[in-house]
Amino acid sequence: MRLPTYRSAKVWRRNRDVFLRLWKTEIGGIIAEPIVILTALVFGLGSYVEDISGRTYGEFVAPGIIASYAMFHAVFECTFSTYLRMETHRIFASIIVTPVSVEDLVAGEIAWGATRSTLTATAILSFTYVLGMVSSPWAILIIPVSFLVGLMFSSIAITITAIVPYLNSLNNFFTLFITPMWFFSGVFFPLNELPAPLSTLSWLLPLTSCVHLVRGLAFGHIDLSILWAFVVMIGFSVCFMALAFHVMRRRLIT
Amino acid sequence: MLSQPIKLVYDYNIMPSENRLRPMVLAKSLVKGYGDHLAVDGIDFAVYGGECFGLLGPNGAGKTTTLKMLSCISPLTSGELLLGGRSVTEEPHIVKALLGVVPQEENLDDDLTVLENLVNYARYYDVDAATALARAWEGLFLFQLGERADHRIETLSGGMKRRLLIARALIHQPSVLLLDEPTTGLDPQARHLVWQQLGALKQNGITMILCTHYMEEAARLCDRLVIMDQGKILAQGTPKELVHLHVGNEVVEMPSSVEMASNLVRMARQKGMEVEEHGDTIYMFSPNEQDDSRISELAAEQITVRAANLEDVFLRLTGRDLREE
Repeated sequence: MRLPTYRSAKVWRRNRDVFLRLWKTEIGGIIAEPIVILTALVFGLGSYVEDISGRTYGEFVAPGIIASYAMFHAVFECTFSTYLRMETHRIFASIIVTPVSVEDLVAGEIAWGATRSTLTATAILSFTYVLGMVSSPWAILIIPVSFLVGLMFSSIAITITAIVPYLNSLNNFFTLFITPMWFFSGVFFPLNELPAPLSTLSWLLPLTSCVHLVRGLAFGHIDLSILWAFVVMIGFSVCFMALAFHVMRRRLIT
Repeated sequence: MLSQPIKLVYDYNIMPSENRLRPMVLAKSLVKGYGDHLAVDGIDFAVYGGECFGLLGPNGAGKTTTLKMLSCISPLTSGELLLGGRSVTEEPHIVKALLGVVPQEENLDDDLTVLENLVNYARYYDVDAATALARAWEGLFLFQLGERADHRIETLSGGMKRRLLIARALIHQPSVLLLDEPTTGLDPQARHLVWQQLGALKQNGITMILCTHYMEEAARLCDRLVIMDQGKILAQGTPKELVHLHVGNEVVEMPSSVEMASNLVRMARQKGMEVEEHGDTIYMFSPNEQDDSRISELAAEQITVRAANLEDVFLRLTGRDLREE
């Protein structure tokens, strides 16, 4: 298999430069949206919800929101934005005739998606820390973990992007996979509330491990299960990254 | 604007004269197949340092596929393709660093300004930031885009975009420039400006491979060319050689409705001329002919005798049928 080289950093830098130029339009998505949803959940819904295992609803849901917004930023970046760069603006066609290879290009896109995840996770973490919803010193590790969340979901997303025929086909990825997963991965309620087969199946969803790991760090509950979650995320990331290289090469090199 | 002579302010890997005898690009029995269809069907050619080499052919001839194989984005089915002695299959990153590519479809980066497009593209070739900026400004100056440096791509005209694509392809000082239909879709003014600038690059010794179906463009710019159809090379030579060999110096054209048309055709055939009828027009050629006297003997009313050109060669070799994409 061909592996990416240092040249992936050039693709990452191109996306960063565009982001820094457009940051005013991007900043809303990074901070405002998760804060709005967190406010609604904690102060609205949260006032009707009992404490969960001795934690307020705010403390329970905040790590889930951090993990899921890390996911959303990676998948939006590596589906719609990547697709537009690839097909509409044909930027990929201009890049692959330079010494940058398809693998460099894909790795650069994935790394950029993961960077966006880290940006939003850091913003929400700071906000929830200020409100006292996160207090464990372990929570600082959520920042590097959110990068891993981003790597995993960017790899999954770019695999999908490389195989869809049209921009609109990407909607299916959201309506059939991302959104349902959001509700069944322990973000909003503990998974053991689900009937037995469902709660076991939900552990197969990639987001479930992310939520478990981020929540463990936020609570300061460090045990073997968060190590397992970490291993699962590494596994998903490696497999989908390799798959993304393969399907993108098949799409671009004909 | 057109009257200003173009001066190159930087060095485009000017070919030492001994390199002019050594092939920069070499294709041997090159084949590219998609399923059962052979887009390129066993072609051989060599491009020497400092020359402008043309690939001519109707749609579907295999020109763009050949360029794609050369730019390492389309794997060869069989055969060999070398650039500067390096194989596109074995060492694609080295081949790609030696190439500048001007694509048929505009693919500038819409999220960046004109200047940023050049600076960012230089990065992909490991050009350091200071050099990239200096060369970007030189390129903008050379291609008369300096005033547009801070503009967005969408504000540029088609001709400006094409010039920016050429400037971008030169940002790493490539040894060989690939041009895929560089003036398609441009108005005559813009086309002439691009031709003038490509001519100046040629004067500076850059090796060029030009795909086109504009015969005027090929005749103007190409030192040598091949005419391709259905993946095969039908003819190759200098534009003059090809015209002389396949059509002669002059072409006689007359409407088939002309009275005595059949007599004239018989006369022409007796004189050893070749006759083709397409639609309502009869064409008469005398390929490889030194003496044009017999053509002028035919001159009469309603009969046009004109200088033969590359388009006559092209149409004779590839036929006059319409080609779909």
